[in-house]
Amino acid sequence: MSSAQAFLEIKGLKKEYVSGNPILKGIDITITEPGIIAIIGPSGTGKSTLLRCINRLIEPTAGQIMFDQADLCDARGGELRKLRRHVGMVFQEYNLVERLSVIENVLTGRLGYMSAWRAWRRNFSQQDINTAFELLDAVGLSAHATQRADSLSGGQRQRVGIARAVMQDPRILLADEPTSSLDPKTAVEIMELLERFAQEKNIPALVNIHDVTLARRFAKRMIGMAGGKVVYDGSPEGISDAHLKLIYGGESWLA
Amino acid sequence: MAGVDSVTPAPAARPNPFARNWFVTVIWLLLAGYLVYSINALGLSWERISTGMGYAGNLLDKMFPPNFSRWELLLGGLVESLEIAVIASFVGIVVSLFLGLFAARNLMSGWISSPVRALIALCRTFHPVIIAILFVKSVGFGALAGILTLVVASIGFIAKLFAEAIEEISLKQVEAIRATGASFVSVVLFAVMPQVFSRFLGFSTYQLDSNLRNSTMVGIVGAGGLGGTLFSAFQRFDYDFVAAILIVIIALIMFGEFISNLVRRIFK
Repeated sequence: MSSAQAFLEIKGLKKEYVSGNPILKGIDITITEPGIIAIIGPSGTGKSTLLRCINRLIEPTAGQIMFDQADLCDARGGELRKLRRHVGMVFQEYNLVERLSVIENVLTGRLGYMSAWRAWRRNFSQQDINTAFELLDAVGLSAHATQRADSLSGGQRQRVGIARAVMQDPRILLADEPTSSLDPKTAVEIMELLERFAQEKNIPALVNIHDVTLARRFAKRMIGMAGGKVVYDGSPEGISDAHLKLIYGGESWLA
Repeated sequence: MAGVDSVTPAPAARPNPFARNWFVTVIWLLLAGYLVYSINALGLSWERISTGMGYAGNLLDKMFPPNFSRWELLLGGLVESLEIAVIASFVGIVVSLFLGLFAARNLMSGWISSPVRALIALCRTFHPVIIAILFVKSVGFGALAGILTLVVASIGFIAKLFAEAIEEISLKQVEAIRATGASFVSVVLFAVMPQVFSRFLGFSTYQLDSNLRNSTMVGIVGAGGLGGTLFSAFQRFDYDFVAAILIVIIALIMFGEFISNLVRRIFK
């Protein structure tokens, strides 16, 4: 992908769950660079909604999301699924299929490339199976490949979640609060993993995150949201206490 | 001390927390009255019961020893019952898988789920005996009527349970598989089925068990199987043969119980 070509271009994105009560009030974000891009903002300001609009788990009310030379907002049926498979998503609560094994969970990342008939017969290509084991190795869980997903710890589950997203051969990664359910040390490890895959694949990773310090440490660019709007978009160094006050409100927590 | 006691004013009477609730008492009395009335209306008396018990003793006398001399007839009926139960369970479970999925309100819109739920409810409305009579009248005597009866009974029961199991799944897992770009069928295969499979298996073995039981009944109204043999033995007063059939039915049910326990243990 050439540097002039944007990975993702969001134009005037709006979302109203209840008519007349918008949660996203016109978001414009253009992403041209790979690496971690942190989205910070208070709970309920629409960060999760924004990410879920990008892969259309939630239907946007208005706006455009240009991705891979197509408007994701217009895509329907098979076309939407083809675009979606290039968007890898990592979830706050991992969302692994608990009764499937770890390696099976990683392989589900390929379902977007398979017909239902092949999926029914569990007919994954040898190449997919090899890739899945390599990814599992890369996240350090080879020893757990055949264990059931619900037997893993939180940090391990999130590693599987990341492996599943990378398995999709994504052109962008979305991570919705990937570290919020984890302890501080594991949270850093998960961020390192996201950074590593973003670098290896040369793709952007859009990460919703509560922890401003952690965001500053890993992000190349930070987007601050408040009240359904982007109120800061720039380098992590450029974000000041005044910006944080604008984003989160109040100041006692800044001390 | 006595003086002090006499000075203390008598405490005001507090209400008894266990006071009689007259409304409930009247309802109990009405219930008891209806019971007595019903017994009189049906002409039940000690005399009637004791003569009845006498006949029962007679019957038991004639039933023993059980007569297995016509074992070919018995075996034929047994095999037919088993076949009816297995075929009906298989067809009923496969159809219920789809109906259960379409009836699940968390995956389907109301336009689809409501009519499917109505269809399932309709299958549950009638007792299998009534359905069996309807099928005997419409497709004729024999095993086909019995199979159709048990298919309908199976759908009425497990399609509803399947739908309820699907409605209780975690949608987070479904969301994650949808996000990979998987088609709806793949989402069902990889996010829904793993969550409900073991429960489906439990419901299915229970239904097989129940179909084995019912397959010995549908024959009584002419829908094939051991029930038909039992009914004609009754009509010809071959009570020793009746006893033999009843023993075989008990063995069949216990065998079914054994199989379903085995399956449940394997897939725990």
